[in-house]
Parts: sequence; structure tokens; C-alpha cells
Amino acid sequence: MPHPARGATAITGLGITPMGRIFGKSATELAADAVREAIQDSGLKKSEIDGLLINAGITGSTGHGINLSLQNYLGLQDLRLLNHMNAAGSTAAQMVQYASLAIAAGMATNVVCVFADAPLVEGKSTGAAYGGPARPSRPKGMAALYAHAGFYGANTSYALATRRHMDLYGTNHDQLGAVAVAERAWATMNPRAQMREPMTLADYHASRWIIEPLHLLDCCLVSNGAVAVIVSAADRAADLAQPPVYVWGMGQGHPGDPLRAGSNWETESGAKIAAQTAFGMAGLGPQDITCCELYDCYTYTVVVTLEDYGFCKKGEGGPFVQDGKLGPGGSLPTNTGGGELSGYYMWGMTPLSEAVIQGRGQGGERQVKNDAILCTGNGGTLSYHGALILSPHRS
Amino acid sequence: MAEDAATRPLPEADEASKPFFDGAMLGKLMLMKCADCGAMRIPSRQHCDVCLSANTDWVEASGRGVVRTFGVMHRQYHPAFTVPYNLAFVELEEGPRIVTNIVGIGDADIRVGMPVVVDWERHEDVAVPNFRPA
Repeated sequence: MPHPARGATAITGLGITPMGRIFGKSATELAADAVREAIQDSGLKKSEIDGLLINAGITGSTGHGINLSLQNYLGLQDLRLLNHMNAAGSTAAQMVQYASLAIAAGMATNVVCVFADAPLVEGKSTGAAYGGPARPSRPKGMAALYAHAGFYGANTSYALATRRHMDLYGTNHDQLGAVAVAERAWATMNPRAQMREPMTLADYHASRWIIEPLHLLDCCLVSNGAVAVIVSAADRAADLAQPPVYVWGMGQGHPGDPLRAGSNWETESGAKIAAQTAFGMAGLGPQDITCCELYDCYTYTVVVTLEDYGFCKKGEGGPFVQDGKLGPGGSLPTNTGGGELSGYYMWGMTPLSEAVIQGRGQGGERQVKNDAILCTGNGGTLSYHGALILSPHRS
Repeated sequence: MAEDAATRPLPEADEASKPFFDGAMLGKLMLMKCADCGAMRIPSRQHCDVCLSANTDWVEASGRGVVRTFGVMHRQYHPAFTVPYNLAFVELEEGPRIVTNIVGIGDADIRVGMPVVVDWERHEDVAVPNFRPA
């Protein structure tokens, strides 16, 4: 007996704005562009949208992010579902999950899920966009030890996680670099990708240190832009404009405080917990997955995520990715649009948008076998995880 | 490391961490120990994160630990920091981890698992725990 949630909803609309150093539009205007495109793409009438879930990116913490007022900006009236959600990079997958749960409960039928961000400022460096919050000269309490020690930006804690994996398991830069090279190879086939120049392992090694052990080319891009998807009841999805991409499995995992005694936050992510729920719902295991769209804020995130989903044993992620199996022609095509490393950085909407493109069979020269797509979101420092298993087949 | 550590953002005690920073001025690394279940924690919260008890004892830690993991920062975000400099999580002998810098050793010689001991960085009204090779 299949799980009742398997195939009950589908992604029916997708809108993606231009990505990268896109200036002159606020996050709200970008969000509106993406939502309009997603509605047109789906074939739904605007009046059929009865739910709106919102995720502001990093601009959400500056006061310039999208928020509940987006409903009014879009002129969406009499909604039956509305929320502004934030579980960091896992939010996009989670929005699809909560939309699916609400649809299954009869609370809504067509739910728009939108992410928008505009951290890049004309004339300022990309690195300046994610430098961290304001820095008081006397920060308070134990958290002040981070500022005193010089932990600035998201790169720091991911560098520490990567270091521990390298030390415990012998993971090396040739292996991490293989992830970056494979994703760049995919990006060369994605017209939306920000980084489309071919890249070699030598290029990777030559890229400057950001924080050892992370090179520049271990780190994701920063992008201005927006992505919207529409989640619909499967029955409504069947006769819309696009091939439906059905939700087969959903799961989350959130391991907790990395500073607590006994935590293995560096090498065991929330994916371990999410995998059990999502695979259980879908009735699948890693052997059934035909392509992966994984949250890849860093090369290492891909390695640890593959381990935690059971594609290989814990600690063997380095050798697993080194043979090129993630790239074009490989046995486990992964991040087929170039991911966040070479495509665009829309938090969890990066893997989700590419999963929808692949699920529809609209990947063009980068299209891969799409029967069962694993799509993940990850936030914090491997702290928050959301999983979706998607398929073009309803059952 | 910073050329002039005094210009770095110096911590200021809040209510939860006051005994930690009071102890620090005396060269004592203070942790919270749950009076009910015995779990040890860094004093960033008023309740035990194992059993949620609000009954707490303060105990002096040994000051010994190992480098849990570390990184070497090459990008400057704050003018008081001269790059490169190291950042580390030290796993204390008592179990909890603490955010710190490793001192008294070149960045290239730091290793995961290296035994370290607390090394206080003293300022006029606050002391901050760095760690050096044991």
C-alpha cells in the first residue's frame, strides 16, 4: 500500500528571473516577476491561486526582503493559506512540503512558493554581500566569542566542518574539486547559469583561499533574483499547461546545537534524518534515484549529503565523487544546472528549480533520466535539512 | 592573529554568562553543570539543554581539551584582524565545545585532535579564553 501522500501533489508552475548581478529591481519586484512567470507557465488563472508561502533570502535580515506584504503587491485576494517561512536554505523544500500538507488537508489547491533576494549592490564586491550582521564593539554573552575569534560570514563554519571530514576520512581537495568541476560542466549547458566558462581541476586548485580548507571555487555564488513554484493538487495538475512534477517523498532533519557535547555536526547532517522519512514515503532507496539536485553551498555539502542519503558509506564520499559520476555522462547526474556553485544562488530554490526543469524533461542538452529526483535543501551549518523526492510519474 | 587584540570586538557579559566572565578574570574556565542530570554546558542558556532543568551549578573546568576542528581565514571582514588567522572549535575535556583561536603555534602546525590548554587573553575588564598546545 503506497503512502497516501505519495503523488498527492505536483509542481505545476515555475518562474525564474534573470540571475546574478541584476540591478534596478528590489527583492519584491523580482518576486513579482517570478510569480507572474510561474502563473503564466502553469496555465492557472491568477484567481485560482489560493495560497502564498514566502521566503526572504539574506535581504530578509536587512529589512529589505520580501514579506507578507507581497500578497498585496501581487493583488492576491481571499487567500486560504499565507505564511512567511524561514528555515534558512531548507525553506524551499519545506514550502513545497507545507503546501502539499495543506493541499492534502483541503486547506488550499494551488499554492505559490516564492524566494527572492537582492544582496548584491552595484559597485560593491560579491563577498561584501554575506559579511554577516552589524558588529557591535562589545557583543554580549557567549555568542560574543564568535566575533572575538573572527568568525565572520557563513564560510567559517563550513570550513570547520570540511576540515573535520578531511581529517577523519582523508577527504582531499582533488575530491572536493571533482564536485566543482562536475557542476561547472553542467553549467556550461545551462543558459541561466552565472558561470558558464569551462573549468578544470587545475583551475580549482589555483583559486584563492577564502578560509582554508575552502578555496573560492568551493564556495557558492551570490545572486540577485527570484524563483517561484506552484504546488497544486495532483488532480488539478493533470490538465494544466506543463507536465506535472509529482511529489513522491518529503522529509526534514534538524540535528541541533553544534556546541553540545557529543555533536557530530561537522560530518552528520540533517539529511540522515530526512532521508528516512522521505525515502519511506516514496517507497524508494538511494539505489532508485536517477538524478540528484542537492543543496551545494559548498563542495563539501554535496559530499556529506550523498553520504547521509546512503549513496555511499559515511566517510567514503570523497572517493565516491572523485570518478566524475556526478558530471555529464556520469552514473549519478547531480546538480545538472550547475547548482549554487556555478549556476545561481537562490538558496533551496536552486536545486528545486532545476529539479522541476529535469522532472518536466525540459533540460535540453543537459536532460538526464528523471524517474526519481532527489532534491534537497540545507541551511545553517548543516543544521536544517529539507528533502523532496520528485517524479514525472504520478505513481 | 590580530596585531592589536584590544581593538577586536571584546565580549561583555550578559546575565546568563556573567559567572563565566567573572571566572575568566580570575583565570578560571567556568561551565554550567545541571544540578539535576549532571550535563555540562557552555553558559549560553539558562536551562539545561538535556533535561530542561533550571537548577544549575557552576563548576570550574580543567581548561584542557582537544582541537575539534579549525580553519585558517584569508579574507578580512574586520579591520582588527590581520589575515591569515585561525579559528577553532575546542572540545573541552568535560564535553562541550568552545569557539576560540589557537595561540602559541603557527597556523600550518595546528592539527585536529591536538591537545590544548586554555590561555587567557586579558583586557582591562574582560578576559577571553584562547587555547595553546598542551
